[in-house]
Amino acid sequence: MFIAKLPDLRTSRRGLLKGAALATVLGASLNVMRSVAAFAADAAGWPAEAFKLKSQDDTLKALYGKTAEASDKVKLDAPEIAENGAVVPISVSTTLPKVTSISLMVAENPNALAASYKIPEGTLPAVSNRLKMAKTSKVIAIVESDGKLYSASKEVKVTVGGCGG
Amino acid sequence: MASTIRVRAIAGADTTEVQALVQHPMDSGFVKNAKGELIPPHHIETVQFETGGKTVFTALWGPAVSKDPFVKFSFKGGKKGDDLKITWVDNKGATDTTTAKIM
Amino acid sequence: MMRGLALLVALGMLAGPQFARAEATKSSPEKDMKAFQAYFTNKFPKVPLKDFVNGPYSMNEGLRKQWIEKETFPPYDFALDHGKELFNKPFKNGKTFADCFPNKGIGIRQNYPYFDNKTNEVITLEVAVNQCLEKNGEKPYNYMKDDMAAVTAYMAFTSRGKPFNIKVPKNNPKALEAYEKGKQYFYQRRGQFNFSCASCHVQEPGEHIRAEVLAPALGILNAMPIYRSEWGGMGTISRRFTSCNSQVRGVPLKPQDPEYRNVEYYLSYMANGLPISGPGARP
Repeated sequence: MFIAKLPDLRTSRRGLLKGAALATVLGASLNVMRSVAAFAADAAGWPAEAFKLKSQDDTLKALYGKTAEASDKVKLDAPEIAENGAVVPISVSTTLPKVTSISLMVAENPNALAASYKIPEGTLPAVSNRLKMAKTSKVIAIVESDGKLYSASKEVKVTVGGCGG
Repeated sequence: MASTIRVRAIAGADTTEVQALVQHPMDSGFVKNAKGELIPPHHIETVQFETGGKTVFTALWGPAVSKDPFVKFSFKGGKKGDDLKITWVDNKGATDTTTAKIM
Repeated sequence: MMRGLALLVALGMLAGPQFARAEATKSSPEKDMKAFQAYFTNKFPKVPLKDFVNGPYSMNEGLRKQWIEKETFPPYDFALDHGKELFNKPFKNGKTFADCFPNKGIGIRQNYPYFDNKTNEVITLEVAVNQCLEKNGEKPYNYMKDDMAAVTAYMAFTSRGKPFNIKVPKNNPKALEAYEKGKQYFYQRRGQFNFSCASCHVQEPGEHIRAEVLAPALGILNAMPIYRSEWGGMGTISRRFTSCNSQVRGVPLKPQDPEYRNVEYYLSYMANGLPISGPGARP
């Protein structure tokens, strides 16, 4: 029933607001029902709402419904100075247990959320990818471990912007 | 037409490392063309990796992922000869899939 | 700084008027090359000679790390595959690129450019590719990117590791003349910024110009064609030369203009002995 509602999330603003409200309610109940990653979207869906937000706090709320605490057990590997903001190689790894999700945010991008990864049991809690950064910014790695969120951040200097500038 | 998905999956002692490179413009929607018009967003939203009937990794990507995106991860198990299936879907509903053998 | 000037004086040219001295001095392409390579290895004693082909990555550790990550699964992979397809696809008349080139076009990139003694012109790889297409009734490629970049990427790839082997035939004075013209172009200032190629790539390699780290002129063509993050795609030697001209606020020449071919001839000769590393990835 919830799955059928998903297409509405993106087609109209009204649908978006309605869908978001629905997703928050269901997302919360999903949290109670299972200990795997609870996204405000179906397992095969894409968290449209979370990808549209500017602030990190709003993004985490939309994506996980929680806040994160800094942890030195989250390792974020990113260059000091990006060779080009269009292609910044970034890696996250962690020694935290029972990791179900890893996400990356770029604070100064138009929308904070860059990517989010679902880590099923049996998959190592580490990911490498290449992101766009509009300008010098903090990059924040979020790890969901045993239902809680942990973060690490690093400032990456960008001299040539990744968004076409 | 050649696949848009390039993959290398290598089985080690107990884990398999997967690297994928996907050909896709990943237009953010923030860039203007020569006429000064915004190029609409055109980017992959989900990438699913499956083997042995199980999803081993899901990527949820937004416009801030680089053009011709790359991703690397590892999972426990997987052995040489196994099939690894990768499927992506973008914001326009386009999709591509490929199955590669773990080496 | 003094060494740079000493090199320029040794090569008989500082700016425009003095280039005429080239004939009067006892320089030769061979001597020029040795002096050129010595200048760079002396300036950067920690950089192995072969590493200069990696451009800014041989100059800056922070950039190098990012490059190594990119090379694990490089962005030019798609162009390379496409180039191989194009290279092997028969023309309408049934022939392929293999019919135009020595050794079927495989492992020969390091011999380009060469001086054609019959037509008395410098033939670069890009020109040779288009000559092959035209000879076989096909439409020539645009020199700057896309198919030209794809095919030259594939041809460079088959030559990876092979050292540049450019020749200036002694029996044809026009060849030496083209070489000298290329050298002259390289050291001549142009554009609103009044920069020569040497201003950035001989005097200031490893330094920053605005946000970019400058590549050394030695080996600067070995990685071509390149996927530049800045372009979000591939570009050929033609693309790079024309954009360099624009960047110093000069008027670019047409791709593969004889002046560009001459400077490619000169620069490639200067890198004799250094390995082809193309296709490459750059910022």
